[in-house]
Amino acid sequence: MSQDMATIYVMGKPYEVPKDLTIMKAMEYAGYRFVRGCGCRGAFCGACGTVYRTSDDYRLKVGLACQEVVQDGMYLSEIPFFPGNKAIYDIEELTPTSESVLKLYPEVFRCLACNTCTKACPQDIEVMEYIQAALRGDIAKAADLSFDCLLCGLCAARCPAEIVQYNVALLCRRLCARHIAPKSAHLEKRLEEVEKGKFDKDIAKLMDMDEPELADLYNNRDMEPRD
Amino acid sequence: MYTPEMLELIKRVEATRKERLHQEFPLLSADAKQELLHGFHPDFKDEVFRTLTVGPSKGERTPKEYADVFEAYSTIDPGDFDLSKVDHDVDVLVIGGGGAGASAALVAHEQGANVLLVTKLRLGDSNTVMAQGGIQGADKENDSPAIHYLDVLGGGHYKNIPELAKALVMDAPEILTWLEKLGVMFDKQADGTMITIHGGGTSRKRMHAARDFTGGEIMKTLKDEVLNRDIPLIEFASAYELLTDGDTVTGAVLYNMETEEYLVVNAKTIILATGGGGRLHVTGFPTSNHYGATADGLVLGYRAGAPLIYMDTIQYHPTGAAYPEQILGLLATEKVRSIGGQITNIEGDRFIYELETRDVEAAAIIRECSGRNKGVGTPSGQPAVWLDTPIIEELHGEGTIKARVPAMFRQYERFGIDMSKHPILIYPTQHYQNGGLKIDDSCETDVKNLYAAGEVSGGIHGTNRLMGNSLLDVVVFGRRAGAAAAERATSIKKSSKITLSHLEAFHAELEAAGVPRDRTAPMLLPEYRRPELAGRKLALSS
Repeated sequence: MSQDMATIYVMGKPYEVPKDLTIMKAMEYAGYRFVRGCGCRGAFCGACGTVYRTSDDYRLKVGLACQEVVQDGMYLSEIPFFPGNKAIYDIEELTPTSESVLKLYPEVFRCLACNTCTKACPQDIEVMEYIQAALRGDIAKAADLSFDCLLCGLCAARCPAEIVQYNVALLCRRLCARHIAPKSAHLEKRLEEVEKGKFDKDIAKLMDMDEPELADLYNNRDMEPRD
Repeated sequence: MYTPEMLELIKRVEATRKERLHQEFPLLSADAKQELLHGFHPDFKDEVFRTLTVGPSKGERTPKEYADVFEAYSTIDPGDFDLSKVDHDVDVLVIGGGGAGASAALVAHEQGANVLLVTKLRLGDSNTVMAQGGIQGADKENDSPAIHYLDVLGGGHYKNIPELAKALVMDAPEILTWLEKLGVMFDKQADGTMITIHGGGTSRKRMHAARDFTGGEIMKTLKDEVLNRDIPLIEFASAYELLTDGDTVTGAVLYNMETEEYLVVNAKTIILATGGGGRLHVTGFPTSNHYGATADGLVLGYRAGAPLIYMDTIQYHPTGAAYPEQILGLLATEKVRSIGGQITNIEGDRFIYELETRDVEAAAIIRECSGRNKGVGTPSGQPAVWLDTPIIEELHGEGTIKARVPAMFRQYERFGIDMSKHPILIYPTQHYQNGGLKIDDSCETDVKNLYAAGEVSGGIHGTNRLMGNSLLDVVVFGRRAGAAAAERATSIKKSSKITLSHLEAFHAELEAAGVPRDRTAPMLLPEYRRPELAGRKLALSS
């Protein structure tokens, strides 16, 4: 084997691939054309959650196929979909409390605090911590800790209590933004001004201008300083 | 991980950092910008383009890669295709599950329309989910929709359709309010004041963010709401062809990406919200776009008779990752420059103000590398310049980068680069399609009952979009399209005349123009398998 190649086992089947490729690009090199298991290709969408093991270790590791570079002797499988429970709710009618969370996701009670979910998170999120925060009603904390969640589902796939952490997290963030975050007075005021037509004349005037007039205004507009 | 040679070069950036720390760098004059764009922006290179010989925008030019999908046959033979069984009979068919499609579906559903949302991959798979930097909206005391409007027009080189630009800026406060009510966690101060920053070409700090997951946070929320409202949804179902009664759209053929069967939809109105075409890789540029960005909706709309606008302008995001190769083309969000990041050449010298509009910024980087030979080489041969990120920590304190751009920090950390300590290497990447299907301010195209919203449409941003106006665009125009399409659906009777006659006419045009028969579209997915494999492919069945 050339020193620039690695052998990877895609769902058990060996392929030789260049060793500096990500799992995703290595699978494409091997001949896979993704329909599932590939999305943004940049660690934002959670389509390519992957479980793998190296030949010298019994432990399972996780990663995103678009980010993780292959290793020689890597046994891997993508888990592009997880059939997790998703509660249906009206965000307007909920309160930001543990009761709301537990009513929709009673299984959160079953959390064993085993921390398996945290170990399974490719985003290094303190998953167990946010589940515990939700359990004790600290919705803002749960929202804050879970912010970088990509909904890949690997936490739920590993949870012995069958909690669907990522959906609990999404609920907490929505509760936080809707019911806890302080209102923006300036936004409310601006919305009212727009609705009352305060800017209609200004806009109409600009819309009537020809290019040289606009360019003159644009090139001489005052700029708020950068940070 | 940087090579020893790169670490040596980084010392030059470090050497100039102190004097750059509070250095004022002037904005370019209008003339200097034009000279730079004409000299170095790909939009001004004739060899990039081809003039279309068929369809409603015949005679207009577009990048060759786009021309190849517009001037292409369907794999459906319109003379021999069974449309006798209608699988879904709806008021409003929304095609595309990104920010625009989800917004459209929510509003149309709210208005009581019988909606079907279909998407090629998963609900939420889109460029929306990848947008990091922010969403614009003039909601601060020192700002106004009119000031926003002027920034949009100037950034777009005054080519914007005024009614569309007006809709964009005037709807913004309502959009921010709507998103927050749905549960999008915007960055705020303790008193509720939105934390807003600059983007390239903004004259006021009006970029709202949800850390550096702004689009992700919006998309996750919209997706959750679509599911909460139980809006009929089919994932992994790509639109493959529109159906018309001759000139008005009446339905679509969908393609099940997994079983390969097709489905027939009969609809009163149709909204195309299929995004752009970054995965066409214009002139071989890497792209920041989602896997599904293959311009399918443009192709379908064009065949049905909808003209294009500004399809000869592509936005190259100035700061795509140039190293390590594994993340080539992915974005270093503009927010990095908004919060003080500086761009330098191999000598550690700045050569452009960091918040020029994206086209100007990208052209300056291309000039620095290929015109002035002051770029930094990388092992793959990809040219690059430095984006000095550690300077942000010097300006705003240690830990700023991890707090303000956590997703990006993590991405570089995965490859052994600590961007709070070392600068990163960047080069422009294909990012956005400024043009698209021409629409009015209710999002209707020139084809009756066919609407378009989001990146698939054109005219809002003129020939260059500003940062943060795309997340705004998808929600503003997604909602407008949803409302207008639902409204129209209540006032018309459904036509059950679903035919491919427009495709038959389009194929005849292609044949007359001598377009090779083996050129087909829509593409649906890009091809990234090794070319050697294609030569040994065996089809399972015909």
